[in-house]
Amino acid sequence: MIRFLKKHDIKWNIGMGLLVLLALFLLLGFVYHPYTTTQMDASAKLAGPELKHWFGTDNFGRDIYARVQEGLRTSVVIAFFATLIGTVGGTVIGAFTGYYGSYIDDVVMRIMDVLFAIPSILLALVFVSLSNSGMVNIIIALGISVIPSFAKMIRTEYKEQRKLEYVQAAKIMGASDLRIMFVHILPNVLPTLINCVLIAFNNCILAEAGLSYLGIGVQPPTASLGGMISDGQAYLKAAPHYVLFPGIVMMLLLLGFGLISDGDMKTNLLKRK
Amino acid sequence: MKKKLTRWVAVFTALSLAVALGGCAGDKKGNPKDSITIGIPQDIEETLDPHDMVAAGTKEIFFNVFEGLVKPDADGNIVPAVASEIATSEDGLTYTFTIRDNVKFHDGTPVTAEDVKYSISKCADIEGGEPRISALLNVQSVDIVDENHVSVTLKQVDYDFLANIASVSAAIIPEHNDNPAVDAIGTGPYRYVSRTPLENVIFEKNDEYWGDKASIKNVTFKICANSDTIPMEFEGGSIDMMAHLTNAQRVQIPSERFDVMSGTMNLVQALYLNHNVEPFDNADVRKAMCYAIDKDAILAFVSDGEGVKIGSSMYPNFRKYYDDSLADAYPHDTEKAKELLKKAGYENGFTFEITVPSNYTQHVETATVLKEQLAEVGITANIKQVDWDTWLSDTYIGRNYDATVIGVDAAQLTASSLLSRFVSTADNNFTNYNSPAYDKAYDSALTELDPDMQTNEFKVCLQMLSDDAANVYIQDLPEFVALNRNYTGYEFYPVYVIDVAKIKPAN
Repeated sequence: MIRFLKKHDIKWNIGMGLLVLLALFLLLGFVYHPYTTTQMDASAKLAGPELKHWFGTDNFGRDIYARVQEGLRTSVVIAFFATLIGTVGGTVIGAFTGYYGSYIDDVVMRIMDVLFAIPSILLALVFVSLSNSGMVNIIIALGISVIPSFAKMIRTEYKEQRKLEYVQAAKIMGASDLRIMFVHILPNVLPTLINCVLIAFNNCILAEAGLSYLGIGVQPPTASLGGMISDGQAYLKAAPHYVLFPGIVMMLLLLGFGLISDGDMKTNLLKRK
Repeated sequence: MKKKLTRWVAVFTALSLAVALGGCAGDKKGNPKDSITIGIPQDIEETLDPHDMVAAGTKEIFFNVFEGLVKPDADGNIVPAVASEIATSEDGLTYTFTIRDNVKFHDGTPVTAEDVKYSISKCADIEGGEPRISALLNVQSVDIVDENHVSVTLKQVDYDFLANIASVSAAIIPEHNDNPAVDAIGTGPYRYVSRTPLENVIFEKNDEYWGDKASIKNVTFKICANSDTIPMEFEGGSIDMMAHLTNAQRVQIPSERFDVMSGTMNLVQALYLNHNVEPFDNADVRKAMCYAIDKDAILAFVSDGEGVKIGSSMYPNFRKYYDDSLADAYPHDTEKAKELLKKAGYENGFTFEITVPSNYTQHVETATVLKEQLAEVGITANIKQVDWDTWLSDTYIGRNYDATVIGVDAAQLTASSLLSRFVSTADNNFTNYNSPAYDKAYDSALTELDPDMQTNEFKVCLQMLSDDAANVYIQDLPEFVALNRNYTGYEFYPVYVIDVAKIKPAN
């Protein structure tokens, strides 16, 4: 255990600890769930934290403990799939443009620059209002909006790697371009990719919260952390626990991923030296 | 040397503290009874010409500055204002207004027959073109009878004529004002002083008002655009009063210093159903939905039980037409709802979408409760939030929706402004309601010459909407007014106005 902890940077350990904590919190929901997420109770509106309702209740008398768990699940699911789209799309684009260079690189990268220039939340906003709100559309919108940042990072890595001797050697051996790109080079850009994934995951969580905060994200009564904070701010003075708990959970989630990516980067730098 | 410096630092700190704290104290005016600061949720419009004002939020405060020949009172009656007497001809086509003797504009000039003719003609736009109040298309001519009588001749009989001109949009303004968009000169109990965009609007008492003069001298309307900080504005004492507060804001206002009064928004909130969409073309399904919902529970969840249940397209403050027995026409009864659904062939329920504008929290919250209640009888409602512009273009104008939760208001204090939209051919019939019987009843009410008979016929129309379960009528939403306990006298109107002249210092 100690050895495992020592292997990593302190930040990585703390970050991982936070995520384990949140995972346990989610698992707790399967064991202890006295209320459903939509069960309303007019007699217990905006009740503070108590034994019956650990995190208090919202303006419909719904249990915030249950809703924070659902919100966390919603946020993580959306961020996971959106990041997946970004990772796959961005890696493929980055690999091809970085490996081949020349005019493909120029054209595709200029398109990426254009996409990059538009803030991701705005891009998602336009996409969602053109299509429709709903979980799948939000995932697609956020996924598309994170592709450019992946593509840029991966392209730079491939540009560096293709000049290296092991790539030349593989070429002489007669390996196909695709094989070189995804079997030989990919493992070597993995550290960069993992960092991208962690940062993009965080951005997706924030962007989803932003969309839900604007009312075009996840539709009620499904809970999402951003949506809960948005609904709760009207009761900031009367019921501060309404924004506090989803806020704390979101903060821990972001902090956890942030620290992991920080610690990971540091470890990698040390390794390279 | 060092000691001296420390001393200077101390003096400087004390001074700056004094200035900073003094700045805070400056906000509290010398005599609180002389002035009042009223919060308004948005800035007023660019133009100050009453005939060009469109926003309800602008008109509601300029109600204190401008008056028409007649104006509404707190009970919803039309009372004489600039005119002291109104005579109607036998055929109901000509209205002769006697101009009140001692009415003066804010610039000191008396109101003349020329000013009245100018104002009504400008507002009705008789020289062709689009009148500001669409009902004034009906005005044939405006004539000066003598120096204090003006007559207005209509093309067709319209019993709502006086109600239609009882608003800021038909205010009497001086003909000699070359620039009405900038100089707001009216006849009301308050005169316009100045405005600072996005900050405030200032009114001052009109000492030469013809009627009951206002009590409070200076009125500042402070723009409080962020709805979440309004409780803080009350807490900090930067506003003395604000209307149109939500339940969420109300619960956070310090009640020891503020008197919170509850009224209603004068809206018909309902789950409006698109009758062109299956299964809402089936009356049994609509009735089942009416039985399935529990209005009391909705009121309890959305606004702590405030608000008034309704059962047809009419709100309670409109006492002339409102029939409160309709509110309980469909009591909460899930068994009966299931029975009706079975009869209609939807034994296993159905799924539909509730479109709701995301900027109206009350409607989103109502939809959330509706979803839970409909689920109990097997109906699945999915909520879809859209922004306001999308709602207007796709839902209201495009009529491309299953059902929507919204509040419909009355543009004028007339029954037709709430009932005309259910005529099958009406432009604004966004529910696609199509009932030949209703069309006939409405038409007969509209052309009825006897006012009492007409009221009854409009009531028949309201009854028909209820019997047919045209929509799932829910409530007239509550709204709250908080007033500093140093003042008293606020009155609710059945139209969207804040009557500052009635507010007086409390003793």
